[in-house]
Amino acid sequence: MRLAFWSSFALASSLASTGCEKSQPPAPEHKPAETKSAEAKIEPLKVAFAYVGPVGDGGWTFAHDNARKAMEKELGGKVVTTFVESVPEAADAERVFHDMIGQGNKLIFGTTFGYMEPMLKVAVDAKDVKFEHATGYKTAENLRTYDSRTYEGAYMAGIIAGSVTKRNVLGVVGSVPIPEVIRNIDSFTLGAQSMNPKVTTKVVWVNKWFDPPNETAAAKSLIDGGADVLFQNTDSSAVLKAAAAAGKNAFGWDSDMSSYAPQAHLASAIVNWAPYYIKATKDALAGTWKTERTWWGVKEGAIDLVSISDKVPAEARAKVDTVKAGLKDGSFVIWKGPIAGQDGKEVLKKDAIADDKFLGGINFYVKGVDGPLPGAK
Amino acid sequence: MAAIAGSALMESALLIAASLHAGTILALAALGLLVNERAGVVNLGAEGMMLVAALAGFAVTVRSGNPWLGLAAGAAAGALMAAPFGLLVIWLNANQYAAGLALSLFGAGFSAFAGAPFTQERMPERVDSFAVPVVGQWPFVGPAFFRQHPMVYVAAALAILLAWFFTRSRAGLVVRAIGESPEAAHALGYPVRRIRLSAVVAGGALCGVSGAYISVVYTQLWVEGMVAGKGWIALALTTFATWRPGRVLLGAYLFGGVTMLQFYLQRRGVDVPSHLLTILPYLATILVLVSISRNATWIRTHMPASLGKPFWPGS
Repeated sequence: MRLAFWSSFALASSLASTGCEKSQPPAPEHKPAETKSAEAKIEPLKVAFAYVGPVGDGGWTFAHDNARKAMEKELGGKVVTTFVESVPEAADAERVFHDMIGQGNKLIFGTTFGYMEPMLKVAVDAKDVKFEHATGYKTAENLRTYDSRTYEGAYMAGIIAGSVTKRNVLGVVGSVPIPEVIRNIDSFTLGAQSMNPKVTTKVVWVNKWFDPPNETAAAKSLIDGGADVLFQNTDSSAVLKAAAAAGKNAFGWDSDMSSYAPQAHLASAIVNWAPYYIKATKDALAGTWKTERTWWGVKEGAIDLVSISDKVPAEARAKVDTVKAGLKDGSFVIWKGPIAGQDGKEVLKKDAIADDKFLGGINFYVKGVDGPLPGAK
Repeated sequence: MAAIAGSALMESALLIAASLHAGTILALAALGLLVNERAGVVNLGAEGMMLVAALAGFAVTVRSGNPWLGLAAGAAAGALMAAPFGLLVIWLNANQYAAGLALSLFGAGFSAFAGAPFTQERMPERVDSFAVPVVGQWPFVGPAFFRQHPMVYVAAALAILLAWFFTRSRAGLVVRAIGESPEAAHALGYPVRRIRLSAVVAGGALCGVSGAYISVVYTQLWVEGMVAGKGWIALALTTFATWRPGRVLLGAYLFGGVTMLQFYLQRRGVDVPSHLLTILPYLATILVLVSISRNATWIRTHMPASLGKPFWPGS
């Protein structure tokens, strides 16, 4: 009884206090001037992001989230951004996108390849919402794609790897065997060969974007096989840490990872999504948004190789600078023939330049990569 | 030819070493869960406890510079997580499965929240090298077995110790009796609930050591969600190994071994789809443990009879 009494009292008093709070601001009287200013004030654009990993991964998702913050800062009060992290690349993603629409978001970014089908499905139902899908290849009236030429960073990292390796064996921890990742492995190898034609690249796939213990295990298997420079396309810094624990060298990927292992770190191939996020949001604000496919690289400031270690020979640094400058002004092309496939057969004729369609469909290893490509014929 | 044979031999030694290292993660956690379950309490919160412990271990190692303190902090964090769970399910008789799941979810969320500032922190870079004197220098045996992190030996010793404890020691037999029939143990005058709580806390501490081993020794970093399902595998392992420490250890090494083996095979260019290789550890471990534990009566005799069931001392 006493309990019931006290709880009803508590309930009543809490109701009373809410009532009080509500009545505290004086009821607005009708003032024409104020209404006018309220009308003039535009509602901020609601922008949502779906991330595949946790923001704290220190890699891929971390880079996207930094860009989101940069965009929000740049556009001030014109946008309100929210994000959902660790959204699986499966049917669950669809529910998350529906949820984002339900919350009134008008511009939605999905930051991994696996959201392609879910986003396509959801985009059909929500014509007034604009969708931006990272690394995909399917578009719709209100769904467009954007990507970074991460392979440019991989190529520059390769230059360094080729000049630093002593055993001429490079190791790559691959995430999921899709063209984007295969292209990075190939470009890394091409970069290394430009400095050191004797290198071979060994690849081990973990079939996940984020699984630090397994990324470590994969890195160990490469080190045990004689690789002395490691490179990864997975989302955490586990491979770099594993290389450091074994006294080998490795790279940072997606974000600057130099501080994780100052001794072992050779350089970080970073992605800066901010320029695109700012552009895309401005498009949506200005009403100039139209479906297209964007693929930005060093030229647009989306890709860079940073924090190059003192260990790297001057010759390799100079080469990286030349390549970077060449990519910026368009005088240098990475995928320019002659390039031979793994079996020695020419995939790109002498002086032929690969177009984006070719690059988007790379499902072969170049010469110098060891071992079979999963799923390839 | 001899050089090739020599390098293949060296590689198999390294593979064994890497398997033991990887298997130790699962062995520590699964042995902890075994202690829980032998006393009749199933704790599905392993993943959450391991995540919080991974964070605690990482944080303490970064601050103190001492990885052993980090492992101790992991044990403490696991025990601290397990204690309220124990109070809930042992004294208040809350549903063990629901409470365990809640603990797991809480651990994942809490470690992500509390760990956010630590994603920017770095563990001091170090080159790991260990070797047992003399035998560590022997050919093959040395690199395969005797150049491991000390925790690898601790885990193996623990399995032997627990096997002895649960079959030869009075205290161990009491714990088992409680797991079989808490009513009977109660009637004999054993403090069932207090002993169960000790088992739950000890199990939590071991899961904690496992979590800290991942962040402090194995990957040497903290990232939210980094345990990546190892806690669930440890839970399954305990059951498949029919609650026997030796088999838990075997299963853990097997899982670690096949995980490493598939990476080795990939690297050596064996032409098997890597997706198929990725499921190999699960397949192999289930197949082996199910086939050695397929005797149904055996499972029944080894499964703690009161597992997951509430106990009212008054009744």
